[in-house]
Amino acid sequence: MDLKAFSYEGLSSGHLACAGCGAVLAMRLALKAIGSNARVVIPASCWSIIAGRHPDASLKVPMMHSTFEVAPSIASGMRAALNRLGLKDTVVMVWAGDGATYDIGFASLSAAAERNEDIIYVCYDNEAYMNTGIQRSSSTPPGAWTTTTPEGKLEEKKNIILAMYAHRIPYIATATVAYPEDFIAKFQKAKRIKGFRFILVLSPCPTGWRFEEKRTVEVARLAVETGVFPLLEIENGAWRITKEPMWLPVDRYLKVQSRFAKASTESFERSVKENWRFLERFL
Amino acid sequence: MRVLLTSSEAISRAVKLVRPEVISAYPITPQTHIVEEIAKFVASGELDATFIRVESEISALAVVIGAVAQGVRSFTATSSHGLLYMHELLHWSAGGRLPIVMAVANRAVGAPWNIWCDQQDTLSQRDTGWMQVYASSAQEAFDFTILAYKVAESVFLPCMVCIDGFVLSHTAEPILLSSRDDVNTFLPPFDFPLRLSNQDPFTLWPILEPALYHRQRKDLFRDASRALEAWKRAFKEWGDISGRCYRPIEAYRLEDARCAIVCMGAVSSTARVAVDRLRGRGEKVGLITVKLFRPFPKEDLLEIASFVEHLVVLDRGVSYGAEGVLTQEVKGALSGAVPVFGVVVSMGGREVFPELIEEAYFVGRRRPEGMGWI
Ligand SMILES: Cc1ncc(C[n+]2csc(CCOP(=O)(O)OP(=O)(O)O)c2C)c(N)n1
Ligand SMILES: [Mg+2]
Repeated sequence: MDLKAFSYEGLSSGHLACAGCGAVLAMRLALKAIGSNARVVIPASCWSIIAGRHPDASLKVPMMHSTFEVAPSIASGMRAALNRLGLKDTVVMVWAGDGATYDIGFASLSAAAERNEDIIYVCYDNEAYMNTGIQRSSSTPPGAWTTTTPEGKLEEKKNIILAMYAHRIPYIATATVAYPEDFIAKFQKAKRIKGFRFILVLSPCPTGWRFEEKRTVEVARLAVETGVFPLLEIENGAWRITKEPMWLPVDRYLKVQSRFAKASTESFERSVKENWRFLERFL
Repeated sequence: MRVLLTSSEAISRAVKLVRPEVISAYPITPQTHIVEEIAKFVASGELDATFIRVESEISALAVVIGAVAQGVRSFTATSSHGLLYMHELLHWSAGGRLPIVMAVANRAVGAPWNIWCDQQDTLSQRDTGWMQVYASSAQEAFDFTILAYKVAESVFLPCMVCIDGFVLSHTAEPILLSSRDDVNTFLPPFDFPLRLSNQDPFTLWPILEPALYHRQRKDLFRDASRALEAWKRAFKEWGDISGRCYRPIEAYRLEDARCAIVCMGAVSSTARVAVDRLRGRGEKVGLITVKLFRPFPKEDLLEIASFVEHLVVLDRGVSYGAEGVLTQEVKGALSGAVPVFGVVVSMGGREVFPELIEEAYFVGRRRPEGMGWI
């Protein structure tokens, strides 16, 4: 894939993200694949801020802010309206954080998936409520420090991919900014498919994960190479790993982020292995 | 020709004539009949619309927000706990200036559970920026639904059409329907200037710095107040077309009245009977029915109420630790010009017979100011 061929820039400079924000890189890549004939719905999150303050909107596609818990429902209404107006080719994309996806908006997400709404739902997963200052979500990995888990999170990370798989939607994928070709290919594929599409994007957050701003892509790559974040897609129920992990020691991933300072490598390793064993049942 | 319809059916018929293209709702007693009827119209093709069956009321309103922001006329309905569950989006949609119309079957709120009528649900949503109009009959439920679209789409504010649960929602009355032509003449096609489009892409509801936000709220406040004029124009225009004339505040037997009873909703019909009976006994009493609660027609009330010596307000929604909500509104409008006594007559569907209203009248008449429960 020639990345230069994707010249469309849907994100302008002057957005309000922190330096090194993975979620802003992700949006840029996503819009390259989706193009300008789109609507973006964004629930309360860091992205509510990143999108910019009037009159400096950072997105060049029509976009609508949503309350925290109902972005998939707003998108459903928008989809229905676009269809009524004969604009069936306009893509409706929800761009939500992990808090909106795994927690407060889980009911509306599940319902929109169950109705198989013709929407692309993207969860940019930075594994905590970052906008409110790094509080734990059900996506926060075990052992990770957040302001509400000062001794490290005790519970596992919720497996949202399996939860979405249970909805039998036509397309599910994971992606991350360290693999732009894989990322864009998945968004392109999602764009061609009708129905509910779910894409989970691991979005390293220097501010919340406690690493140097320049290491965002490296952290994302390590997440894949260590097997912490499997890159996969599920097309009409068929699972496929799109990038095999190199099985680098999990430590490599943990050590670059201060949020794991108190985490036990052994137990983290165990949960990564368990996660894969679980995955392999479907492969 | 008159047809026998409940207020729920009357609203569904009005919706069919108004032709929203996106409908979304969630079941809750006593609202459910409205959307069940509309679902039948959609299934039979009588109404060409997309019906989205969501998992909750907040999603029902969210769907409608998405559709209206995209420029397509929509409809939803709810009641009581469903309305409360929408609370965040009530603010969001009014702040976002979306002309949404929603029917609400008024019902008490828990705990304890109670499915019967009072107005606590909508009155407690008073400050969300939504307009609220209260029907006293199935005919008004029908007409007010059409009127609500007209006004909402001209002032860019959402509107609740409130009907008393069961008393109106489940009780059939003979009403006059309107023709499609009449509705089309009255209500132009929906044209939402803020609809999202590829031609001129923008962000809907970007963050505003505090001074701009303050100004946006000031505009919202101003437009919500000015909406009263839009209601009056719409009442007049619909009166000319349909022959059915309404006012924001309606008076009954006020000519030589020394005291007026003030109420809102279906209680108005019962109160008429009570007024007639009291008149029969020589009491100089009349009735004022508030139809439009938001925007509140202050001056209209002041104009007709300033001729009486005393007002007795019948409340069906209260502000705990203060007094009845309608009483507060009436007092606020009159600003001491006329003494006002508030009586909470019925919460949670306690039956309101004419005798109860007569009792409220005598309780209130004895005391110039204050409030009480009977
Ligand atoms: C109903 C509601 N509760 C709480 C908030 C406050 N809030 C805004 S953003 C946010 C966290 C969002 O977390 P996530 O979805 O992970 O996105 P991120 O900020 O990490 O990008 C919270 C708790 C809100 N806006 N609405
Ligand atoms: Mg997050």
